[in-house]
Amino acid sequence: MSEKQQVLYDIPGPKAIVRDKLYTVIFSIVILGAIAWFAFDAYRRGIFDDRWQVLWAGDKGFSGLEVWQRLLWDGLILGTMKAVVIAVPIVVVFALMLTIARQAPTRWVRYPAYGFTHIFRGIPVLLIIYFGVLALNLSPLWAVVLGLVVYNTAVVAEILRAGIAALPSGQREAGLSIGLTPLQTMMRIQLPQAVRIMLPALISQIVVLLKDTSLGFIIAYVELLTVTKNLYNFFGNSSVVPLILAAAVIYIGVNMAVSRLATWLEGRMRHSSAGAKPAAAPTQAGGAPAV
Amino acid sequence: MGALLENFDLLWRAFLTTLWIATAAGVLSFAWGVTLAAFRVSPIGPLRSFATAYVNIIRNTPLTLLFLFLVTASPQLLGLVVPLGIPMAILAMTLYTSTFVCEAVRSGINSVGVGQAEAARSVGLTFVQSLSTVVLPQAFRSVVPPLINVYIAHIKNTSVAAGFATTELTAIANRLSNGNPGDVIGIFFGVGLAYLVMTVPLSVAAENLESKVAVAR
Repeated sequence: MSEKQQVLYDIPGPKAIVRDKLYTVIFSIVILGAIAWFAFDAYRRGIFDDRWQVLWAGDKGFSGLEVWQRLLWDGLILGTMKAVVIAVPIVVVFALMLTIARQAPTRWVRYPAYGFTHIFRGIPVLLIIYFGVLALNLSPLWAVVLGLVVYNTAVVAEILRAGIAALPSGQREAGLSIGLTPLQTMMRIQLPQAVRIMLPALISQIVVLLKDTSLGFIIAYVELLTVTKNLYNFFGNSSVVPLILAAAVIYIGVNMAVSRLATWLEGRMRHSSAGAKPAAAPTQAGGAPAV
Repeated sequence: MGALLENFDLLWRAFLTTLWIATAAGVLSFAWGVTLAAFRVSPIGPLRSFATAYVNIIRNTPLTLLFLFLVTASPQLLGLVVPLGIPMAILAMTLYTSTFVCEAVRSGINSVGVGQAEAARSVGLTFVQSLSTVVLPQAFRSVVPPLINVYIAHIKNTSVAAGFATTELTAIANRLSNGNPGDVIGIFFGVGLAYLVMTVPLSVAAENLESKVAVAR
């Protein structure tokens, strides 16, 4: 059935093929039946009436275009993406600093850095956001950015540490033996390669960060979910389902695009590292953000 | 810190609420997540497609949106009214975390070389024997550290329930701070500590296990 052989099963023989075909038919019927039942049940509750018009014809003097403009421009771009675009560069800079600090020869630098990663990986982003609002009197945007930065800095530093640990120890030894200082070795030899190895994990972390912006909804930061709520409060109860599903489709679309990028990069890197140029590319990959 | 000690019973009950949501949803999401993983590696096409679709949709949806869906859209769309508060938190967390459990388990199973299972079969082990003595022990090793990380995130994600009428730790931090504006830092310090009590042992365990596994290979 599957193209790739699984660990758990033998390649099916004639009996197993027949059995699998039977199961395929049975489960197709079960799953399609369940979908049909849910659809029919929703139909009986009148879900397929003209409420969906809000997504293309609009309502109450709003055109459908204006509804999408609210969702995509006011919500996604000026809310969600704004927080992401502000947070990501700050995370990159802080995480690099933290990673370097964690490898420092002096324990007075290393231990606090170690403590920071462990503590802020273990505290909810929402708690940090509330702290920003209540204790630091930040605006909703900056409270959200604070929460995203603190948590993701710790996580990205951890990812980079794992990347450095995965390098052969000869890399560091070679750097030191040609007379580079430990810091220079870190910046010019270890980090660039760690960033390169961990690029897929780093991009997946952007998906996490993007999803966490939705916590802004809870403190009334105007992002995609807040806009969605404002819209269904304005259009009335019947518009809830279409608008919530529209928001879900937007999130899923954006996140899948980012994940696709990670898979694509992974495949590309596997190709290029098989070739003979790993010496040139890493410098480029890590050179720019290493402040 | 004073406000926190005065309201220690509130904090304690909130801690237990968080712990209860995390545990109940943790167990349920483990069961559902392993089932999904079994679907995803099964030779039966429809089950594979179902699990793949489910995982891809839920994993790319923010947890906040999942809660909001259960509050507002699910009564109209599915006729499903989930009681606000702890039951809803457990349901939403289960639906969400199970996708991460599924992916951790699946990648663990895939990390065992096909040759291992073939070797087990060729020396005459039955399916159950090869699964329990060869494949699963090796898969377990590469599943556990990422699974612990999934559960650390899971415990912290329970905080989202604070936005949906559940009085757990984060909600208590918010409420006490509004009542005692002079004591905000102490309150957040205490509540943060309560989370760390649950998460730090796990993250230290993950790190230790990781180094153990690294030696064993």
